[in-house]
Amino acid sequence: MFWTSYFLAVLAIALAWPVPILLSRAQWPARSPFTAMLLWQAIALAGGLSMIGAMLVYGLEPVGDNLLSGLRALAGMAFNNAPTTDLGFWHIFALSTAALLTAHLVFTLLLTYYKIQRQRRRHRELLDLLASPSSDGPGTMVLNVDSPVAYCLPGGARSVTVLSDGLMAALEPDELRAVLIHENAHLSQRHHLLLWAFAAWRQALPWLPTTRLAQESVNSLIEMLADDVALKTESKTTLIKAIAIVASGSPATPAARLAFVEPGLSDVDASQPGATGGAGSAGTTASRVSRLLSPRPPLSEPLRAAVLACCALLLALPTALLLVPGLLG
Amino acid sequence: MASLGELERAVMDLLWAGQEAATANTLRDLLAQSTHPQDGTAGHVGKDLAVTTVLTVLSRLERKGLVERERGTRPHRYQAVSSRADHTAELMHEVLGSAPDREAVLARFIGSVTDNEAETLRKLLGRS
Repeated sequence: MFWTSYFLAVLAIALAWPVPILLSRAQWPARSPFTAMLLWQAIALAGGLSMIGAMLVYGLEPVGDNLLSGLRALAGMAFNNAPTTDLGFWHIFALSTAALLTAHLVFTLLLTYYKIQRQRRRHRELLDLLASPSSDGPGTMVLNVDSPVAYCLPGGARSVTVLSDGLMAALEPDELRAVLIHENAHLSQRHHLLLWAFAAWRQALPWLPTTRLAQESVNSLIEMLADDVALKTESKTTLIKAIAIVASGSPATPAARLAFVEPGLSDVDASQPGATGGAGSAGTTASRVSRLLSPRPPLSEPLRAAVLACCALLLALPTALLLVPGLLG
Repeated sequence: MASLGELERAVMDLLWAGQEAATANTLRDLLAQSTHPQDGTAGHVGKDLAVTTVLTVLSRLERKGLVERERGTRPHRYQAVSSRADHTAELMHEVLGSAPDREAVLARFIGSVTDNEAETLRKLLGRS
């Protein structure tokens, strides 16, 4: 019990600080964005699990040999008035913190979901009044805005991709097709669920380096994943041009064509939980274009397998440490 | 008969176009006169429209925070809460976030691509 809680605490600290910093600086995620995405999810889940687990195991140490017997003893105290004298101040402190943290994480996740839904509904209501349906199909709407903007608004069967007049005017047909494929890839790969989870994670623990780094990385990884889908049918030149024009914000001024601001082809900002495929950072656009201009081969099969094994281990290790002693005992 | 969604759109278009607040009766008459944007047939949304239907549409729009009612007069007069342009700006703000400092962003981008990449990019975009 004792060593378990220390090990989990060390794991939690490693996943909260050095590991995400190293991963966010690594170059390979741009080569295999899908694998990197899985690793970020494993880090976030294992981080939360070990954080809560460490405190729980520490707090239950005096009353049980393992987590399950400890929880049974705790339930006895809570419901049957069993004596609590075994628990010292710090044990009760750790248990309360574990309970509060769990409640906080779940509550933030739900609250973020509610905010996103509300903002999406409002956005959709306004779109229904302001945008007109496009000739590209029922899932596409055109908004009367001069700057080139494209984004998608997830909503199950009512998901919609929005293009601006400015975008339609600025792009050639093949570039427009690349933009549409990119946005539809966001929708079909359910990227909004990832954005929701990582936005909530950051909202819940904003002071933890891992939450900010994870959200920023996930934001740019989903853009790369959507770019890769567009590359299957459209040429690299077409896609780069489309990104450049969208990112420049205004095709009219030549200087702005290279300026890569306001990437409408990009992602969601933390402060705009309902936003829907809008503004991302210039860094994201830069790494996307850079990645297309100087492509590097995807990670080799053995390396990808190694990363996937890491993901599995990250999730299995804290789970096993928490549950196996109790199940065996 | 037009759907509620189409009616909401038509009513908002009228309120956005009009200068002053309008009663449900006025709106009903305007809807009956309105012509179809494509084929020009009259009254495509508003033909044989009951005033109660217009009131339903208005109360839905009021609930959505798009329309407000002047309570001092009878019958009530309705007007749009903000202009069409303001609502479009609201959407764009949600999508793009607050306007970034363009110069700073440009510097950051140029700092992060190699000279080679910048050259390729210029060629791609058709300027050397």
